[in-house]
Amino acid sequence: MTVLANSAGKGGRVEEGAIARDRNRFVAAATDASLTALIAFGLFLPLIGFETVQNINEVLVLRTRWPFLFSLVAIIGAGRLAYVLVVPPWLARRAARPIAAEPPAWRVAVARWFVPCAIGFVVAYPLMVAWALGLRGSLKWIDNFGIQILIYVMLGWGLNIVVGLAGLLDLGYVAFYAVGAYSYALLATHFGLAFWILLPLAGILASFWGILLGFPVLRLRGDYLAIVTLAFGEIIRMVLINWVALTNGYAGISGIPRPSFFGIPFNADDNGFAAVFGLPFSPIYRTIFLYYIIMALALLTCFVTVRLRRLPVGRAWEALREDEIACRSLGINTTNTKLTAFAMGAMFAGFAGSFFAARQSFISPESFTFLESATILSIVVLGGMGSQLGVAIAAIVMIGGTEITRQLDFLKEIFGPTFDPTQYRMLIVGFAMVVIMVWRPRGLITTRAPSVYLKVRKTIAADLVKEGRG
Amino acid sequence: MSTPLLSVRGVKAYYGRVQALKGVDLDINDGEIVALIGANGAGKSTLMMTVCGDPRAREGTITFAGQDITRLSTHQIARLRLAQAPEGRRIFPRMTVLENLQLGATTADPAGFETNLERVLALFPRVAQRLHQRGGTLSGGEQQMLAIARALMSSPRLLLLDEPSLGLAPLIARQIFDAIRTLNAQEGLTVFLVEQNAFHALRLAHRGYVMVNGLITLSGSGRELLERPEVKAAYLEGGRQRAAH
Ligand SMILES: Nc1ncnc2c1ncn2[C@@H]1O[C@H](COP(=O)(O)OP(=O)(O)O)[C@@H](O)[C@H]1O
Ligand SMILES: [Mg+2]
Repeated sequence: MTVLANSAGKGGRVEEGAIARDRNRFVAAATDASLTALIAFGLFLPLIGFETVQNINEVLVLRTRWPFLFSLVAIIGAGRLAYVLVVPPWLARRAARPIAAEPPAWRVAVARWFVPCAIGFVVAYPLMVAWALGLRGSLKWIDNFGIQILIYVMLGWGLNIVVGLAGLLDLGYVAFYAVGAYSYALLATHFGLAFWILLPLAGILASFWGILLGFPVLRLRGDYLAIVTLAFGEIIRMVLINWVALTNGYAGISGIPRPSFFGIPFNADDNGFAAVFGLPFSPIYRTIFLYYIIMALALLTCFVTVRLRRLPVGRAWEALREDEIACRSLGINTTNTKLTAFAMGAMFAGFAGSFFAARQSFISPESFTFLESATILSIVVLGGMGSQLGVAIAAIVMIGGTEITRQLDFLKEIFGPTFDPTQYRMLIVGFAMVVIMVWRPRGLITTRAPSVYLKVRKTIAADLVKEGRG
Repeated sequence: MSTPLLSVRGVKAYYGRVQALKGVDLDINDGEIVALIGANGAGKSTLMMTVCGDPRAREGTITFAGQDITRLSTHQIARLRLAQAPEGRRIFPRMTVLENLQLGATTADPAGFETNLERVLALFPRVAQRLHQRGGTLSGGEQQMLAIARALMSSPRLLLLDEPSLGLAPLIARQIFDAIRTLNAQEGLTVFLVEQNAFHALRLAHRGYVMVNGLITLSGSGRELLERPEVKAAYLEGGRQRAAH
């Protein structure tokens, strides 16, 4: 009996203590939030509280905007209150949680099935969209989201070889994309060669340029390398702009032939794709076909990279990223290693470039500015350098995010018709990048999968562990 | 006497305009452990790197296994089975221990990889226990063992070790010296060892050289050098005092 009473009393005390602690915490948070609101008020009073407008007599008059000011201050105060109440306790709880020795079963299952499911989804995506939204409604989703994202996934994977694996900071990657695009455009318009012949040719030409860039920068690393590659990208663009006789300068090249379906063109003719297969004509078939081409190219890039990582050349790339001097002293030819990394990365950019030209049917130097290089590099960095999956996710977030912010017309209903959401596009994307980098400073996926496991003779390690020497 | 495995003749090396080696002569015979001792900045690491071709010797010749390697590039020299565990270990921190070892076998015949791995891991059981751990997460002593193990993966004829005991606890340093002695005794591996820890190095080595300011000033058997008053004064007493602090 006494024991029971005792424990009840103790329980009561504990509860009281907890309540008191909660109350204290709330008071502290409220003080913090009020202070924040006060600072916001002081800051925004001159910035937002007052506004000058011209009256009918064209005289500037001062107007106050109290409701706007106070609602903003209230939002900031409430936001701070919520943040203080939620985030630190959550972090404390997370830090206190013991690290499980074995990952939970669901995590293992996700890790096992994620990639096959993702590939399945990518394969089924255009068909699902076409089925759900109809032929006309799905065009935007397959083209702007599907193809656009896949181009950048491929470029991200290509640059990942150079930056993520070999550790060579390349700020002019778009140059090889441009070489691929112009190779296809010029050879196709002048000589009428087919897409499937020019695709490998564009890749070879781009990788040739990759080696050409590689030679002068062999001795450079880090920021110096970055500056030279940046200059290289700009030089290529300048040549494209100024060599008007060949490239048509700013006006660009138009009428670039589209790829055909094994010789069957995608047009409304009697021998066009739709007619041959007895379908009603629609531009969507070409879009779906292009989607599958870029999907195959992107998967090829990934597959080749994953395979190469397990071969001596891929291992040498990664070792080069870690320590160049050690590489040489182990007998690795660092010159060849760098050049193959540049050539490989450039080749995939060349493939992507020729696809880009074939898809757009029009290219101009506008498409190959430094911003493109920066975007691709951001994808690699955000993804976590070297991670295939991370790069793919980062490309979806970055490019998908950019495309989604194009579709923010509904914001006009909230902020009035003068609000132009597209002006905030880059702001939102930039903000999202900052958030990702704060949340995961080393990129989305930082775990590096080892390229080799000891399978054949696991016994070596096991035996020695048992002996417990050393 | 047969020709030495490595022979360094009148080698001068520079960093830009600064001369780091001022005409070094040195021989290493097959099956020997040779120690090179000297104060900080004497040029010991530079000599080791010059043997590996980086920086190149501006004057003099370096001959390895009867071949003039003075003008070869570093990776070509490594392919002649001259391996190095460089100063500061220089393992690949983000790659696993096994990958590090695989990279060490770059110049070796892939068919012999497994046997070789087994042989090397038997020598360094602590490394064997951590094959799938990232190199950068190993302790200092384990990293040093990995650096040596990695160099051994190429089945070298000559192993260059630059300060393998630097920054290690005495017990771990002893394990590393033991491993070197075992390698030399059992496999006849030729070792060229640079050490600050002159006492241990000279006890381990068959022969030793003393370097001062880019020049070899003394040479002789390990035991002889240990007895020399100059060596005692410069490297042993001071060294002991340093160790005591
Ligand atoms: N990379 C370098 N650039 C310029 N000078 C160097 C470089 N490395 C070493 N030195 C100089 O060369 C001399 C010999 O250095 P080092 O061979 O590292 O000496 P030790 O290994 O005997 O301590 C020192 O004076 C050092 O300052
Ligand atoms: Mg040194």
